[in-house]
Amino acid sequence: MSKYQRVAYYPGCALEGTGHAYNSSTKAVGKALGLELDEVKDWNCCGAMEVKNVDPKVQTYLSSRVMSIAAHEMKASVVMAPCNGCYHNLKKAEYDLAHDAASRETVERISKKAGHETYQAGSLETIHALDWIKDGVGEDELKRRLKNSLKGLKVANYYGCMYTRPRHIFPEKDKGAGSESTSQPHFMDDLLAAAGAENVDFPLKTACCGGAHTLSDSDTSTKLVLNILRAAEAAGADVIATECPTCHSGLEMHQVRAEKALGEKTTVKMLYFTQLLGVALGIGPRKLGIHENVSDGMAALDKVL
Amino acid sequence: MRAELLARAEAVLEEWVQARGEAPTREAVETFRLLALHRQGARGVPSFNACRETCREIAYHFNLLGEAHSEKTLRMMALLVQHLELFVRGKMEVEGLGEFCCASRPVRQQSAVEEKTHG
Repeated sequence: MSKYQRVAYYPGCALEGTGHAYNSSTKAVGKALGLELDEVKDWNCCGAMEVKNVDPKVQTYLSSRVMSIAAHEMKASVVMAPCNGCYHNLKKAEYDLAHDAASRETVERISKKAGHETYQAGSLETIHALDWIKDGVGEDELKRRLKNSLKGLKVANYYGCMYTRPRHIFPEKDKGAGSESTSQPHFMDDLLAAAGAENVDFPLKTACCGGAHTLSDSDTSTKLVLNILRAAEAAGADVIATECPTCHSGLEMHQVRAEKALGEKTTVKMLYFTQLLGVALGIGPRKLGIHENVSDGMAALDKVL
Repeated sequence: MRAELLARAEAVLEEWVQARGEAPTREAVETFRLLALHRQGARGVPSFNACRETCREIAYHFNLLGEAHSEKTLRMMALLVQHLELFVRGKMEVEGLGEFCCASRPVRQQSAVEEKTHG
């Protein structure tokens, strides 16, 4: 049995809001593949961008609290975070706690004050939803369980910038065959190819979408997203597959804004990779939350449903 | 056309390097000055690596176009250069507010210190 067969699940704030469909599709796909999720009890925000910008050590503490609950209260050895921001912050906290005495001191002090066990680096493995399915099930088993091939669907896989950066917080990546690459990530490509999709060459797969500018400089964000959408269309994609709720919302919202503010219309659709895998596994679109997406994913799925 | 696009990309990174008070390098990495400029521009600013793959893709598309002309590849290279321009200009605008993404720097750290000192 894979060590990823049953994992602690840290959905994070976005999956309870704008990324609700990512939450439901992740759970539905896991169930269909025989994978189990134990949601981290009483989890908190990972510290995201806001806390990190004010005090990075408090962000480290917030992420460490989630890992402490998973490791000490739930006795889990693996925690899975489907959001790039959460995944990145947990990995960053793990790195800081292993390498920075001041971070360890801060986390210990606040943990004591909060009345829970201090998280010790190395107690837990943090993975992304892509690792969970790729290493927990694998392409062969996924192929065996397919009910609807995604054949004919052209997909641009968009990983965003936080899934692989900075390299040093992802020591398990770039380890050769079978491992994920930080410069050319491919786990989502591999899974969707196994589900029958045709992945297009997409050179902006890890490019910045301007997420951090969204409020301070919306026009730059809109232009960055528009460029990503145009590149996906130029590559021949029907769909952009996403694996992060923030990237996904950014692409969808700025697609609408680009048309309204700049008069630039693009037609490529956005779907979470779990929604695409769910369709391939024969799960109904409603269970996958496809109707919750802003872009009309069903229009792109006409080819395969 | 591919040379013009590459030169445009280099000019964007030169602007970034100059804005940080340095002289843009004339050296090359893997035969591309663009990659050397990126390396120079990312020194001490880890989040600038968010455009590293974009620079590498520009170099790759430049090479592809050297092998055979393709309108699709040319269009993709133009989109890549445009992305680099947008990213770097956006980054220059927010630089005063602090780092973002993977190398976040406390935005209000200085003002917090001032508040403590004066408050």
